[in-house]
Amino acid sequence: MSEAQTQIPVTVLTGYLGSGKTTLLNRILSENHGKRYAVIVNEFGEIGIDNDLIVESDEEIYEMNNGCVCCTVRGDLIRVVEGLMRRPGRFDAIVVETTGLADPVPVAQTFFMDDDVRSKTKLDAVVALVDAKHLPLRLKDSREAEDQIAFADVVLLNKTDLVTPEELRDVEATIRAINPAATIHRTTRAGVPLETVLDRGAFDLKRVLENDPDFLEAHDHDHDHECGPDCGHDHHHHDHDHDHHHHHDHASPIHDVTVQSVSLRGGVMDQKKFFPWIEKVTQLEGPNILRLKGIIAFKDDPDRYVIQGVHMIVEGDHQRAWKDDEKHESRLVFIGRKLDEERLRRSFEACQAA
Amino acid sequence: MPTVAPLDLEGHCIATAFLGGVPHFALADGVVHRLDHGHKWTELHDGLLSTAYDAARSRLITGGEDGKVCALGAGDAVEVLAEIGKKWVTSVAAGPQGAIAYATGKTASVRFSDGKVKDFVHPRSVEGIAFAPKGMRIGVARYNGATLHFPATEGKPVELEWAGAHTGITFSPDGNYLVTTMQENALHGWRLADGKHMRMSGYPLKVKSLSWSVKGKWLASSGAPAAIVWPFVGKDGPMGKAPLELGTRGNAAVTCVACHPSEEIVAIGYNDGMIIAARFADQKEVLLRRPGKGAITAMAWDDEERRIAFGSETGDCGVIDIAG
Repeated sequence: MSEAQTQIPVTVLTGYLGSGKTTLLNRILSENHGKRYAVIVNEFGEIGIDNDLIVESDEEIYEMNNGCVCCTVRGDLIRVVEGLMRRPGRFDAIVVETTGLADPVPVAQTFFMDDDVRSKTKLDAVVALVDAKHLPLRLKDSREAEDQIAFADVVLLNKTDLVTPEELRDVEATIRAINPAATIHRTTRAGVPLETVLDRGAFDLKRVLENDPDFLEAHDHDHDHECGPDCGHDHHHHDHDHDHHHHHDHASPIHDVTVQSVSLRGGVMDQKKFFPWIEKVTQLEGPNILRLKGIIAFKDDPDRYVIQGVHMIVEGDHQRAWKDDEKHESRLVFIGRKLDEERLRRSFEACQAA
Repeated sequence: MPTVAPLDLEGHCIATAFLGGVPHFALADGVVHRLDHGHKWTELHDGLLSTAYDAARSRLITGGEDGKVCALGAGDAVEVLAEIGKKWVTSVAAGPQGAIAYATGKTASVRFSDGKVKDFVHPRSVEGIAFAPKGMRIGVARYNGATLHFPATEGKPVELEWAGAHTGITFSPDGNYLVTTMQENALHGWRLADGKHMRMSGYPLKVKSLSWSVKGKWLASSGAPAAIVWPFVGKDGPMGKAPLELGTRGNAAVTCVACHPSEEIVAIGYNDGMIIAARFADQKEVLLRRPGKGAITAMAWDDEERRIAFGSETGDCGVIDIAG
């Protein structure tokens, strides 16, 4: 039995109260796409969700008993998914709507760390809804808003009609600073074509990064991390002779970002050096890494190797052959906190094949 | 030679039971099928989640996605015991004097035979619920341990702590031990007299099926290529002792176990649908059913100790007659 055929895709919707999650959810459920969804919500809200199959579950974060504090799963999702999958004929996909304050990480990790859930479902994408008007305030008073953006594959920058073009640009720059790998869509009333949020395959190694034009381009806003003078971050200004420059010319006036991203670029890598390195980095820095994604070129290997991870969980696989006109190079982005960019860069570059 | 009378159904079988000598097969869609002079069925729930066999009253207690708790007795007698609303009833248990218990979210409820209900609200979700064999006492599996309540009195609960998520719970038939299944691949046990811990680990998979042997001398479990059977004889239970490994297969995993009612024999179901019986004393094995369509998820012995009703996740159910 092929797992690929039987795994039900799961889309996770995050976002603060009022960001438009329910609007998007109702569009997913009501539009004529011929698919049936099972919806898992934390509370049957006041605003109605029009669907036959809605399951309410109490957010239940369980630390795994392996001594790793970032290895958390959502116990309620394990139980609900297990129950739903016993009657699989009722739906084609699952949408998990989280509460505004929910941490997206345990939700996502459930789909990697629990063997039963993993064998029957696959995480498709984490979609974050952001209220363009209120994001600056949210970032000021909570860490969750930032985590939700940092962790997302797709960000819907919603309610754009409520802000000026300047405000919108700043908010988008902030989102981009928190998460350079996410796809951002500007919307009003969550009005995006549904294919931009569904069936993304964001965690599918065969497809990972396909939808990340920004990441794939040699863009130069690698670390345009908005910080004011009082910000507690380490800034490593250094003059490397390659195309990584730290510059703050997109800098928004928003000073409440604690997530940073580190984009690394290198040549052809030595497998014997790279794998122990990535393992060590994720073991040691796992708690600080929210997401990582990369394309690695290995010496004597005709295929692109893609890698993605959440905290300490790392998955990698060969994706496809390098095309003739493609430069064999390696790119890796870390999104997280307290990342030592200089050290990551140095040790990453040390993995290059001689 | 054992013979198998198949019953091919559609859907995941949650539980099997003999009620009044008739084999019953409870499926996830909420329909309970039975072989009573032909194939008959009763729709009990819109979605079945949890079951418990009430041996004292020969009935099956069921909890559903529809928020209902029902009792199904012999002769298709259905009684609705509770209606909670839209929330899932994730665990049910049968107790003494006709009492039953059920879990929804963070609440464990005990319903006495007179219909009175007592709720126990916990800080975290109630993952599993079970009655102690003697006295009016329930155990609740929860995050970081288990909680014991005494529903007939106003006594304080007893908290048993052990880090990790505990998902299922069972008392030993003599009432001396409490054992939980965990989110990680392990069981945890407490000796209730003094709270002494028992760690039972080393499983390659999550343990989803437990069965006590006659008089509670052994606890059989799934979650490995063999049935792992822990000794609970002697004052220290399984501590410091190796479990029996019965019915080891290199290429399959045990998904369901059911101990014989009066002899030290266990029926072992595998993820490929095969079922064997194995004797503890000499580890002798007998094939009861060849591999089928999917993993065995339910087995129950009848009172005459001759038949086993079994069910699978793919719906290929049936009755094994040991004597043939």
